[in-house]
Amino acid sequence: MNHLLELQDLQVEFRTRDGVAHVLNGVSCHVDAGETLALLGESGSGKSVTAQAIMGILDIPPAAVRAGRILFEGRDLLALPERERRAVRGQGIAMVFQDALSALNPVFTVGWQIAEALRVRTGLDRKAAARRAIDLMERVKIPDAAARVHDYPHQFSGGMRQRVMIAMALALDPKVLIADEPTTALDVTVQAQIMDLLLELKNERGMALILITHDLGVVAQVADRIAVMYAGRIVEQASVHDLYPRPAHPYTRALLQSMPRQHRTDQPLTTIQGLPPNLLRIPPGCPFNPRCPIALDLCREVIPPLITLEGGRLSACHRTREVLDGSA
Amino acid sequence: MASLSEDAWHDLRRSPVFWIAGLVVLLMVLMATVPGLFSSIDARTATCSLSDSLRAPSATHWFGFDKQGCDVYARVIYGARSSVLVGIASTLIAGIIAIAVGLLAGYRGGWLDALLARGMDIFLGIPMLLGAVVVAKALSGHELGIWPVVFALGFLGWPISARVVRSSVISAKHQDYVQAARVLGASHLRIMLRHVLPNSLAPVVVMLTITLGQFISFEATLSFLGVGPRNTISWGVDIAEAQRWIREASFPLMFPAAFLTATVLAFIMLGDAVRDAFDPKLR
Repeated sequence: MNHLLELQDLQVEFRTRDGVAHVLNGVSCHVDAGETLALLGESGSGKSVTAQAIMGILDIPPAAVRAGRILFEGRDLLALPERERRAVRGQGIAMVFQDALSALNPVFTVGWQIAEALRVRTGLDRKAAARRAIDLMERVKIPDAAARVHDYPHQFSGGMRQRVMIAMALALDPKVLIADEPTTALDVTVQAQIMDLLLELKNERGMALILITHDLGVVAQVADRIAVMYAGRIVEQASVHDLYPRPAHPYTRALLQSMPRQHRTDQPLTTIQGLPPNLLRIPPGCPFNPRCPIALDLCREVIPPLITLEGGRLSACHRTREVLDGSA
Repeated sequence: MASLSEDAWHDLRRSPVFWIAGLVVLLMVLMATVPGLFSSIDARTATCSLSDSLRAPSATHWFGFDKQGCDVYARVIYGARSSVLVGIASTLIAGIIAIAVGLLAGYRGGWLDALLARGMDIFLGIPMLLGAVVVAKALSGHELGIWPVVFALGFLGWPISARVVRSSVISAKHQDYVQAARVLGASHLRIMLRHVLPNSLAPVVVMLTITLGQFISFEATLSFLGVGPRNTISWGVDIAEAQRWIREASFPLMFPAAFLTATVLAFIMLGDAVRDAFDPKLR
């Protein structure tokens, strides 16, 4: 069966003055209608680049897609001419950005911006598009939408701006919504509201949601499946129920251990030693080996393949069985 | 808080520089369009009598008479038209070229940017006044009146403004809202015109008001050098003519020069006030 959106062995590099940065090194994952996939990782792990590659908004050059396919409804987006690719944006796959203030055009009213895509892409006339913009603003629960449609982005609070962004992304009724750190710039209380809204809209429309985040707490609440990324690779993929109690990769385990816990205020926070690798010089073998507490000589030489474990979960670690059963 | 332009207007309203400069500019534009409001003598048709040559200012003839016996006040009023027209028309031409070139170079980047940037450098390398003399001379064979000067200034005066547009376009095109428009499937043309351009206009609009003042003084200089409009009444022509008789009478030179200075100053001050109002860092 075809998945709604499927990445196959996606490889992206950035050609910089200092050399070639290997940003994505064979990313494969998929998402289906009504499902939430979380891409989890530190800064520089490649999660945002994955989103940009799917949307086709990578700056080429310096970026270059070296290999791989991005299948949307069975068609390879990377092989489409720019014109057809553009038709997929917005209507097929839409995206919500992290910082709504900079992602909204400061010189136009929010109503104009939401209506713009409708007018240009669906040929609605000005009046109908403006009415639809108000509907959308009401749908994302912006109070007094009919009046606020004439306001400029900087007149909204952070949470309201993010709602405007979501309304814009939903304008063309996309089948896949990518949310790139949608709550990172917001207060904790507002974060929960925005996540609830995204989930509600996903369920209502049967959209697929790809949630990009570094926040394990956010992921636990909303995701169906989690793909943990490290140095441009997916190192572990599993359902939330499998991953949290029993991680199969030492990196995931370290991430979970470094989460602050309320009932353990007496101990210092656990951290992961060292830094993510420089993408210009990824170490040989497993990219996590310099920081891994259980690394073997094998890990420094051979890149562990992503293998399928029981329940369909995936892990890329030479000692994944031992990690899974807690013996390493 | 309202939009940037509303904020700017709010600031401008309290700026005395803006009001004074704006009033002077308005007065000059009025003078250029309906000179009859200001002077009962039509300088274009008036017969000048040599018996009035260089007569001093009086209650009926406020600015006195020039060497040819023409009323200086009437000539100054009627001279405003060519100065203001040259200023506005050449700035429009330069502005359109600057915005088109800067937008394309900044948005597309790559080889097109390199090509256009070298083009700007070539035009920058041409000394403005000397280039304008050559272009205006070449064009005025067809007896175009003040238009050769307009075109000469317009076609030579755009590169600095184009650079300003280019750099603000480059900073605007990397903004998230451009990416946001792209993920909604907007075309490059649409992104360029509706998202990048409106966000890159403020600096160049300010730049152009200053350019406008400079163009007016260039027109006077060209007229003074004898390359400007021949059969038109212009401050530059009158200043050039009057400087030959400066030892006998200074007023035929002083009055057009004062008007010229006031107009140029007004446009430059207006540009300054607008820039201050649009610059968020000065808030």
